[in-house]
Amino acid sequence: MNIPYQIVVCGGVVPDPLQTLEPIATANGPALKNELLLPHVLDPWSAHALYEAAHLARRSAGSKVWLVSVAPKTKLQQVMMTIGQRVPLELVAIEGPASGFTDAADVAAALAAGIEGIAGLDQSRLLLFGGWESASRAAGATMQMVGERLGIIDQFQGVDELSVADDGALRILERIEGGQHQVSVCSGPPVLLGWATGNLPEPPNHPQIGMQNMRAIMPALQKARTAQISGGARFESVTLPKQQRATRIVKDKPVEEIAREIVTWVTAE
Amino acid sequence: MAETILFLGHTEAAGELSRITLEALGAAKSLAGERVVGLVGRETLHAAESIGSCGASRFLAVTGEPFSVSRYATDCAAAEAICRAAGATIVIAPHTSRWARSLPGVAQRLGGRADTHITGITSNGSSLQVARWFYRQRMEALLGRAQRPWILLLESGCRAAWQGDTAPVTLENIEVEITPALVRTTVTGKQAPRSELQTIRPDAALLFVAGAGWTKKQKDGAMHVGQAAELISRFLEVSQASLGSSKSLVDLSGEGHAVLPFLSHLNQVGQTGSTPRHPKGLATCCHGEEPHVVGWRFIQERRAVNLDPNCGWARGKADVLYVADAFEVMARVNALLEER
Repeated sequence: MNIPYQIVVCGGVVPDPLQTLEPIATANGPALKNELLLPHVLDPWSAHALYEAAHLARRSAGSKVWLVSVAPKTKLQQVMMTIGQRVPLELVAIEGPASGFTDAADVAAALAAGIEGIAGLDQSRLLLFGGWESASRAAGATMQMVGERLGIIDQFQGVDELSVADDGALRILERIEGGQHQVSVCSGPPVLLGWATGNLPEPPNHPQIGMQNMRAIMPALQKARTAQISGGARFESVTLPKQQRATRIVKDKPVEEIAREIVTWVTAE
Repeated sequence: MAETILFLGHTEAAGELSRITLEALGAAKSLAGERVVGLVGRETLHAAESIGSCGASRFLAVTGEPFSVSRYATDCAAAEAICRAAGATIVIAPHTSRWARSLPGVAQRLGGRADTHITGITSNGSSLQVARWFYRQRMEALLGRAQRPWILLLESGCRAAWQGDTAPVTLENIEVEITPALVRTTVTGKQAPRSELQTIRPDAALLFVAGAGWTKKQKDGAMHVGQAAELISRFLEVSQASLGSSKSLVDLSGEGHAVLPFLSHLNQVGQTGSTPRHPKGLATCCHGEEPHVVGWRFIQERRAVNLDPNCGWARGKADVLYVADAFEVMARVNALLEER
């Protein structure tokens, strides 16, 4: 049974993980120093969600993928230069801060409004994807709130695998404690999946997909609506960890002695 | 404003409460205000009695077969009903996969807020502040909120577990209607990942972190991936350590390079992996500066074996750095552990 899914992926942008991040205090609460100058990437878990969405859409004829993102337009444009070459998608851009210090509930409201604005969205075919957490706020709360706003109560988080049975039922593997997966079967859409890493490699750049996407991405960025997003919480402090350990460097010691020292340490109560 | 503090737990498969759940109870008990216990599970009376002496004024429960499994729709319905019945302004819950999935949705239903991955709670009587990390453990914030109800999910290992005597309780059962919409999802079971070895096990005393150096050319100019896999497997077997790995090593497997056969993304620690909280950590062949080192930021005692004395993974981050060949060291460590 082929179901032409409507797969909506929610994904923000975050500073490239290799950048040095330093918090600063502003009149509007904490922020990152030189945040707008930092190179950004699509949030890693959202990116996995997007790649899984594209993979599923390829296998289910008639399916379509949307990417809904709350981010500063300039940063989103920069990120789309890369992401837009990897998977066919339609962008729904919402102008707003990408800061991790914003409130999950406000971001969820903006995302839900953006999704509700997609013309012709059909709940019986809707798969709502996103990252299970972000690399900025790491709340793991935003997607659930989006789902609640859209009335989706079959939700899964830490998803590593989705497969579709012949009857259209969805089999989902979620990460749980002890390095295990919980296996669930849902009768069908609408469902919400917060993805962990999944199993797919990063797709290569495809210039043809890039050219196809860019025709719609630039207009989408131009007509992006601005979302009202607040800090929400009252931040008392944001600090970098200061602990610097006095590392004892053990050099020129025989392997036997090192091994004995490690074993003594490992086995000590 | 006087707070009503709801401690919200769920039972495990055998009807007991997990350690992380008792840690959350310990945190709830440290706060001033009226305390209420709420439990969800197939059977909750035994669990409620096991914490009967915790000082709560009420014990609420949603009980029954539909609540024996971890499922968003039924968990949200149960937690929402308990929160409303308790009139909770603060909800303290353990950061289990079950509650992490459902309680943010409950916050949305109640018009409240949820904060997850809480590592500390302090109260000065009139205001409550919590600590949590942002940007994948790279900066720590202390924050409060005026909005209520405020749901807080506590990380494991940040508090001592509550300890106390079993005592009889009067359990108030709250009815939740199970409509067909709530059970569209069926939980069919659990499965171990497709790997030969355990992944991150929070209950292990030691975290062994394997870095990409294991798969690089060694001093004889050749790679010895098979030998590396044997050494690591044997060490895990004899030490009962939990296995973590750096992102670069896990990524190699996705890119088709020679890799350690038992590693998957579930082993990954750091920026896009987990940040475990074992008492001890031994890193081998790991390299890199921030942000990679966040993978073992919360390990209490840290040692590393590495050929580079200036490696940013270890210097300033580890207590001891052994500048040595990890292949040779781990072979001897294994032999010594086997002798014991």
